[in-house]
Formats: sequence, structure tokens, C-alpha cells
Amino acid sequence: MSAELVAAIFLVIGSFFMLIAGIGVVRLPDLYLRMSATTKAATFGVGFTVLAAATFFGDLGVSTRAVATVLFLFLTAPVAAHVLGRAAYLNEVPLWEGTITDELKGKYNLKSHKLASSEEDIDRLSDEVDGENSNA
Amino acid sequence: MNYLEIAFWIATPLMSLSILLAVYRLVRGPTSADRAIALDLLANFGIGVIALISIVYQHAVFLDVAIVLALVAYLATVTFAYYIEKRLGQ
Repeated sequence: MSAELVAAIFLVIGSFFMLIAGIGVVRLPDLYLRMSATTKAATFGVGFTVLAAATFFGDLGVSTRAVATVLFLFLTAPVAAHVLGRAAYLNEVPLWEGTITDELKGKYNLKSHKLASSEEDIDRLSDEVDGENSNA
Repeated sequence: MNYLEIAFWIATPLMSLSILLAVYRLVRGPTSADRAIALDLLANFGIGVIALISIVYQHAVFLDVAIVLALVAYLATVTFAYYIEKRLGQ
């Protein structure tokens, strides 16, 4: 009985956070903010829903598989978001007009896709790209 | 009416509504990266729905499908990002 109660509470929390992720992905103003909704709120909500299944069945094998699913989600969501955000930034997807700072501005070499950490690095990277182009 | 039944009545409409919101973003766009994150979100919601269904029908086997769906969704997102990045040169 108590396991059912815990599973019910986890289900309600999980679906609530899934709804927050859905609202966020529609209402937030630019891609990068939307990505924060899909990465954090959705992963949290889905993780709670799968944990509800883990507590409901109470079987060691089933619960292990469910917890493994949650761990896999928590490992892959940041990686997927980083890869997609990097691709979008290199593709010059516009930022929201209310953005205050863009710390990556000018630090990506848009030709070689390399990231520079200082002014000299940026110059060196652009020199490298020029050299490659003149050789070709 | 036990606790789980009440939880189903709350959770099912919330999940359906969030799936509809994600589909709205998938259709609306505006960039292909937006569509990629909407697709990733839909796959994640699918995992949640599968967990709910496995509780409703009391079949733990469905959770294996959730693992496979999580794997495929991750690979799909990374592949979409790869092609969005490759498209730059053209």
C-alpha cells in the first residue's frame, strides 16, 4: 500500500514537471532557453515517472532496469543538449533580443569550428584557416 | 478509488497536454534546431508514457522498450546536431 502511495506521488510530480517542460518549450523566447526547458524539466519529470514504475513493481530486476534508464537519461541529456546547442550557435541561430551577455561571441572560429580561449588564440586560429585556404 | 487511480487521472491529462505542446513546437519551427529539440522532447515524453502504461497494465516488460527508446532518442539528437553543423558550409 505504501509503495503504491509513493508511486502515485512520483507519477504526479513527474507529469507535472513534464507539463512545465511542454509549456517552457512553447513559451520561452529563443532556442537556447527552450533547450534549458527540455534538458532540465523534461529529464527531471521523465526520471520521476520511471522511478514511479521502479517503486511500484518493487522487484529487484525491474527496479534496476528502471534506475539504469534514469541514469542513462541523466547522462545523455546534457551531452545531447551541448552538441545541439553548439551546432545551433555555429549555425548562427539568433539569440533572444533580451540577452545580456554572450560570452561565446567571437570565440568560435566559424570556419574551422574551433573554440578559442583568448585573443591570441582567435588570431592564431584564423591564421591557420587562412593558411589552409591559401594552400588549397 | 485508490491512490494510483487518482494519480492516473491526474497524470494522463498532464502528459497528453505536454505532448501536444511539444508537437506545436515541432510543427511551428522556426529553425531545424528547434524541431530537433522538440523531437528529443517528444521521445523523452514517450519514455514517461511507457512508464505510465507499464504501471497501468502491470507489465514490467514495457520498461525494456523505454530503455531502447532512450538510446535511440539520444542517437537521433546527436545525428541531427551533426547534420545541422555540417550544413554550415553550404
